[in-house]
Amino acid sequence: MTKYRINKTRFVDQTKTVSFTFDGKKYHGFEGDTLASALLSNGIHLIGRSFKYHRPRGIMSCGSEEPNAICQINDNTDLTEPNVRATEIELYEGLKASSQNCWPSLNFDIGGINNLISPFIPAGFYYKTFMWPKSFWKKIYEPLIRLSAGLGKSPTQPDPDIYDHKHEHCDVLVIGGGISGIISAKIAAKNNLKTILIEDKNILGGSTIYQNNKNFIIDNQKSNEWLMNEISELEKLDNLIIKTRTSLAAFHSYNYLLAKENISDHLPLDKKNGSIRQRLWKIRADKVIVAAGAIERPLIFNNNDRPGIILANSVKKYLDFYGVSTGLNNIIFTNNDSAYETAVSLFEKGISVKIVDIRKKSSSNIVKNAEDLGIKIYWNSTVVNTFGYKKIKSIEIMNLSEDGSNVTGNKHKIQCDCLSISGGWTPMVHMHTQSGGKLDFREIDQVFVPTEKSENHINVGSCNGDFELEEIVKNTNYKVKKFLNINEGGFDKISVLCSKESEKKNIWLLPNSISESKTKSFIDFQNDSTAKDIKLALREGFKSIEHVKRYTTTGMATDQGKLSNMHALGIIADTAGVKMGTLGTTTFRPPFTPLTFGAIVGRSVGKFFDIVRKTSIHEWHVQNNAKFENVGQWKRPWYYPINNENLHEAVQRESKAARDSAGILDASTLGKIDIQGSDASEFLNRVYTNAWSKLGIGKCRYGLMLNEDGMVYDDGVTTRLGENHYLMTTTTGGAANVLSKLEDYLQTEWPELDVYLTSVTDHYTTASICGPNSKKILNKLFPNKDFSDEAFPHMSYQDAIIDKIECRIMRISFTGELSYEINVESKYGKSLWENCIAAGEEYKITPYGTETMHLLRAEKGFIIVGQDTDGTMTPIDLQMDWIVSKKKYDFIGKRSLYRSDTMREDRKQLVGLLTDDPNEILEEGAQIVSELDKKPVEMIGHVTSSYFSPNLNKSIALAVVKGGKKMNGQKLFVPMENKNIKVTVSDFIFFDKENKRINA
Amino acid sequence: MFVINCPHCGERDQSEFSCGGEAHIVRPKQPTELSDDEWAEYLFMRKNTKGVQFERWNHAHGCRKWFNMVRDTSNDKIHAVYKMGEKPPVI
Repeated sequence: MTKYRINKTRFVDQTKTVSFTFDGKKYHGFEGDTLASALLSNGIHLIGRSFKYHRPRGIMSCGSEEPNAICQINDNTDLTEPNVRATEIELYEGLKASSQNCWPSLNFDIGGINNLISPFIPAGFYYKTFMWPKSFWKKIYEPLIRLSAGLGKSPTQPDPDIYDHKHEHCDVLVIGGGISGIISAKIAAKNNLKTILIEDKNILGGSTIYQNNKNFIIDNQKSNEWLMNEISELEKLDNLIIKTRTSLAAFHSYNYLLAKENISDHLPLDKKNGSIRQRLWKIRADKVIVAAGAIERPLIFNNNDRPGIILANSVKKYLDFYGVSTGLNNIIFTNNDSAYETAVSLFEKGISVKIVDIRKKSSSNIVKNAEDLGIKIYWNSTVVNTFGYKKIKSIEIMNLSEDGSNVTGNKHKIQCDCLSISGGWTPMVHMHTQSGGKLDFREIDQVFVPTEKSENHINVGSCNGDFELEEIVKNTNYKVKKFLNINEGGFDKISVLCSKESEKKNIWLLPNSISESKTKSFIDFQNDSTAKDIKLALREGFKSIEHVKRYTTTGMATDQGKLSNMHALGIIADTAGVKMGTLGTTTFRPPFTPLTFGAIVGRSVGKFFDIVRKTSIHEWHVQNNAKFENVGQWKRPWYYPINNENLHEAVQRESKAARDSAGILDASTLGKIDIQGSDASEFLNRVYTNAWSKLGIGKCRYGLMLNEDGMVYDDGVTTRLGENHYLMTTTTGGAANVLSKLEDYLQTEWPELDVYLTSVTDHYTTASICGPNSKKILNKLFPNKDFSDEAFPHMSYQDAIIDKIECRIMRISFTGELSYEINVESKYGKSLWENCIAAGEEYKITPYGTETMHLLRAEKGFIIVGQDTDGTMTPIDLQMDWIVSKKKYDFIGKRSLYRSDTMREDRKQLVGLLTDDPNEILEEGAQIVSELDKKPVEMIGHVTSSYFSPNLNKSIALAVVKGGKKMNGQKLFVPMENKNIKVTVSDFIFFDKENKRINA
Repeated sequence: MFVINCPHCGERDQSEFSCGGEAHIVRPKQPTELSDDEWAEYLFMRKNTKGVQFERWNHAHGCRKWFNMVRDTSNDKIHAVYKMGEKPPVI
């Protein structure tokens, strides 16, 4: 045993030694230790440096509220994790921990100079100082600040761990495995309710499990013994799931909760065996019982942040749970009775202890107990200063004035090696408020407690403001029975004896004999905000707690102000002279403790990150060296490079081939909607801008769909398959949205229409063959079919058979070439494609991808919705007036085309752009200006599509320009970083204006 | 996250649904008869109520049916769900 391991407990197995390193040095602890308890057992208090002033800081607590003792775990490995609270990590063999926020080392930290110049870095220092010169921010100030600030290091490699998600449903979820949670879970489970009990520690019992004081008796047993028995009974219940190492992350509406279970974090690296690291539970509970407990408050006085200053109940836990003494010469500084339990525990182990109490007296049993033992108590006193740089060595105390607002008398110095502080308790109302619950302020002990309103959750135990053992047990029993509508709880006849606090006194900021400006009374230990920072913020005019919080950064560190928020509020209230209850609190947002990204993402990593949709021809594309482009979730061939061609070279070749002989495109990803019903024609009339009633069976028509605001939404060709049967195609990316929109209108606006919509996108594979030789290839594929213009004209469709497989052939074109689209059921898609390639071989049929498709259609001035339009373009802006029916009474968006704004003549309109230098290719998205000298430069439009056309042997572009319709021939500029490119506005149909090739 | 009682399928998680905004805004039968202001009122203006609101929801990852829901936007309490075309309940 080490000097500080002075006690044997049932929670730490002192026969099982565990070795670990801290800052490279090897230490030993035992199985059952946390990193914090193991470090303390080795006499180590100094863990890190503070964020702003780089002051030495030590372990302050024993739980998730820890602000100071945050470490980097397993530095320089893929598994490294920053900002791990030493109080929460269970010790395992080989654990490597290191301190953070110190350079070059923990013991000598150069940033400590910030502490000396701290009078010059008050609240808002960064906001005030680094404002000028402006150019210094990016290259000098920010990198420097980041270097000296920062909390730990992020891993640089992908996370090798596995994370999991699981859904769970239950009748009752109990949050917290302390005494009130255990009582609640037992009542629920014994009454045949499926119950889940979650506890963030590795064992149940909360703080009662180490409460061995004789003043706390339940049914004639010490409360810890009684609770032990209850836990072993609990473990026998069938319909109770107990989840330890599981912390609640979020409590959403309708009792939907997220909890994170640590599965292998506590295991040595070689024993994890590829197991899941953490699991995120998504729980839907009928009823929730919150038994989250309370957090002990620190006291705010000068230099209250030195290593060796620890919360009093944590000192008790280290002693009675881990068997570790945090010091051998202790002083306890308190404003309440609970710290006396720590004093008695220390005394009983033979450790020197004195008490400083700001109250004038207290006559409870536990105080009498301490007095009877002969423990020295300094009543009506406060600590005014502490000494010791890397570890506390002594304190100075003074008497308090009558009203507690000042100090009187002489300073009295006392030596110590540990100062336990207790400022009372703060109920953990986070869960309650996350779920939408409100809070009430309880004046007598200055706490916010839940206002019970919800029918679906309650708060029990100390998170509900019940601090004394008797009220915890009895109120929990009463409330849970009522909440679950149960008559017999099993705890009705229980007898509880406990010490009861009679004297209460709270001073948020303890007075001092020296001026406040010379003190450092820390409120937020992790972000280094002090009481005077908060007062400065108030003097500078900040009033709202939310503003003060952000200006001083109080409560904004990784601990989210678990220790600091209440003191900040209290000091604001005192300074402003208002009641604390009227200020409200800041918002408690999830997660309660930091969540790893891995736990949030779960299994949705790598190939499971998103769904990948592939056409039936995909395999062929891969074998033929296609480069793919993501279009929505689809993988579409982008281009097919041959012999190391780059994108440009491949696209030039593919585009030329498609116009000179034949090209083939996998068009399967276009959205396809099967429309049937006696009102199908009328429906199309209402959703497209053009007229559909007179479209003959077997004919195809291009349609443009608007939003109700008149802006172009989608486009595509629709084919009339029968009297009451159409096949609509949509853009690849718009398919799902178009179907939803059409369903919306059908179900809500026009339920009288007899129309049925079915998505058939995945049902058919489409091979599109274009080019002057396409007809010859189709003749080879379908030797019995007549492909003459008379028998099979442009914009028509026919059924056909290929290899006994039924198919639909549409003669439609998106390239301006003679073109056929062959549709077969997807299971025959690849075979169709291979037949086409074989038949086209003698014409050097060239597979082309989306990039070539875009180029070919741009030569023809065909728009792509989403590329040349952006949700602000009407068909009139696109110079597509021809497709907007003047005769139809109504269609979606019609009325909006006659609004004053949509009729403006200076709207951005689609034009063609030709660069003066035909080899200069514009960048898509580049801005367009008309006058270079005018300041500020007015941007009148932007380039939407731009390519080098191999068929025209020059650069072409589509653009939208204000008033562009009337600007044909006008010179404009496209300013780039190094040059201004001269362009001329042109017609946007660059190639085959007479449409001769479609019927070639 | 709410539990929504789809009038066609029963209780399901909110993640299966999408919200379509304020309900009972009827598309004008004769849009061309409307002034710009009247059309804008239909097209753009929404109440954004704090409190009880009638809204449209779609069981997008379920039956794909649209229906109406009465929800208190201040506390997310769902007062009623009813099918399209049914009369809104009095809340």
